[in-house]
Amino acid sequence: MSAISPDPNYTLAPSGNLRRRMLISRTAVTGTIVAAGAAVAVLGILVYYAAYQGASQLNLSFLTSDLPAIGLSGGGGIGPALVGTAEVVLIATLIALPVGILTAIYLSEFAGPTVGRLMTTGLELMAGLPTIIAGIFIAGLIVDSSGQSAWAAGLAVAIVEVPLIARASIEALRRVPPTMREAADALGVAHWRTVLGVILPTASNGIVTATILAVARGAGETAPVLLTIPTFGQTYQLNPNHAVPTVPLEIWGLLNSGQPSALAQAWGAAFLLMILILAVNIGARVWLRRGERKRGL
Amino acid sequence: MSIGQSSSEEIPEEGATTRLRLPDRAPEAQPGATSYVESATEHETVFHASSVSVNYGEKRALDDVSMEIGKHRATAFIGPSGCGKSTFLRCLNRMNDSIPSFKLGGELRYHGHDLYGSEANRVEVRRRIGMVFQKPNPFAKSIYDNIAWAAKNLGMKDNLDDRVERALRSAALWDEVKDRLKASALGLSGGQQQRLCIARAIAIEPDVILLDEPASALDPIATAAIEDLIHALKSEYTIVIVTHNMQQAMRVADKTAFFSLDDTRTGTLIEFDQTDKLFSRPQDKRTEAYITGQFG
Repeated sequence: MSAISPDPNYTLAPSGNLRRRMLISRTAVTGTIVAAGAAVAVLGILVYYAAYQGASQLNLSFLTSDLPAIGLSGGGGIGPALVGTAEVVLIATLIALPVGILTAIYLSEFAGPTVGRLMTTGLELMAGLPTIIAGIFIAGLIVDSSGQSAWAAGLAVAIVEVPLIARASIEALRRVPPTMREAADALGVAHWRTVLGVILPTASNGIVTATILAVARGAGETAPVLLTIPTFGQTYQLNPNHAVPTVPLEIWGLLNSGQPSALAQAWGAAFLLMILILAVNIGARVWLRRGERKRGL
Repeated sequence: MSIGQSSSEEIPEEGATTRLRLPDRAPEAQPGATSYVESATEHETVFHASSVSVNYGEKRALDDVSMEIGKHRATAFIGPSGCGKSTFLRCLNRMNDSIPSFKLGGELRYHGHDLYGSEANRVEVRRRIGMVFQKPNPFAKSIYDNIAWAAKNLGMKDNLDDRVERALRSAALWDEVKDRLKASALGLSGGQQQRLCIARAIAIEPDVILLDEPASALDPIATAAIEDLIHALKSEYTIVIVTHNMQQAMRVADKTAFFSLDDTRTGTLIEFDQTDKLFSRPQDKRTEAYITGQFG
């Protein structure tokens, strides 16, 4: 067999305008990579800078001491703010969790198409609402008449959390395979029992994750608490009938004081808040994937 | 004929176009007055369909199905894709109700009761008429809870362990899973999952079990196990099975219904007869063409 010499009419090397098209293609891909890299780099820079500024503040005394007195330099910590944040978020989540989950169940299992679409759009609008609106609303509705309290702040944060929990829970409920609903329906069990016994447990990972993310979001909220409990004490306040300090509020207060030592403490608190929220977010997502794999989703 | 005639005890003669022309009745009604019926046929009628049609919105999916399905027999529905055999099966326990545009015409009776009448409750219908689906669909629960869940919800709480064991034995799965009842059902093989789904259906003591291509996702060995099971279950349950495997229909069914598309591409019942007769001496040319492999 003799080797056939290549026919130049059928060359496989780039011909025509292919070189130009390849250049355009490469440029476009490079552009997307740069943009994506920049977006993620912002997170990295943020974490690095907050750590650089704030990590040195973190010690046991900082985590547990009363808030520093305004006008004094040095001393003090953020203990009461951590406890206050937990308090407000607990109240908010106790309100938002049942409302959010029941809303999600209604929309994914029972609502007709028209009502469902309208209410889902409403939830999306609510999720996009500036959180300061929630603050003003509760300030006018409750704080004006009954005074500042952790209850009011919790309610304002709950308004922020409800659409987050509801929307993510709807997603989780919709990921439950339709074949599983059919299986339950075919067993002569009323639909509500199916929801409780089959659909919710199958979606539970997604719902728990949604709740954890909403808690993380609520913990970082500033505007709703700023407008509902702006005047808090320096010490631990466990009574929810009173205003309580929270970490974002304390950061705001420290920055406003103008003291160099307060500025350093603000960085410390900001770094701590960021680490807590990042850790919760990452943990929740890892847990979600593990659980969903276990449930065959 | 329209739906919603649940109070009527008798089926109008025009609806009864299949071979068995019985006055329809509830089994507990008039026990003394039915001896001539029982002598006229070997089996009590469970389903009685008269000119049943199905529409999805404007589109007609199934046209003019009339047939009777006998008690404690295995009835197979065969036919090419899109012929409406699964649609008709799902009408029998109202699984199509959740499709918003679904509309049933004609009349479908279950032991004399109008399945789509105002008195018929969808949940009660499915409690009596269970279903096993094409793809095994166990719950993301333990093997035990898969069986026990519906029974518990239906108030069958006494001797739950016994009930679970009986159901698993009936489904020929007990020996394979008795040591891991608390393990997740999702860890079972496909064939085991499908038998678990059958056990789950049996556990609530239905009257009828509908099987929608139950072996189509399974390998031949698992398929044989399911078919053996159908033979065993026939003595206690009325079985209706959809299959597009003709040999499977021949192996498991007493009677076979052949569905196909008519000239307007609407699914309809072509022929319904004893399985051996349908496959050896089909009366309709279309049946003959299908079973001899000329189409489908």
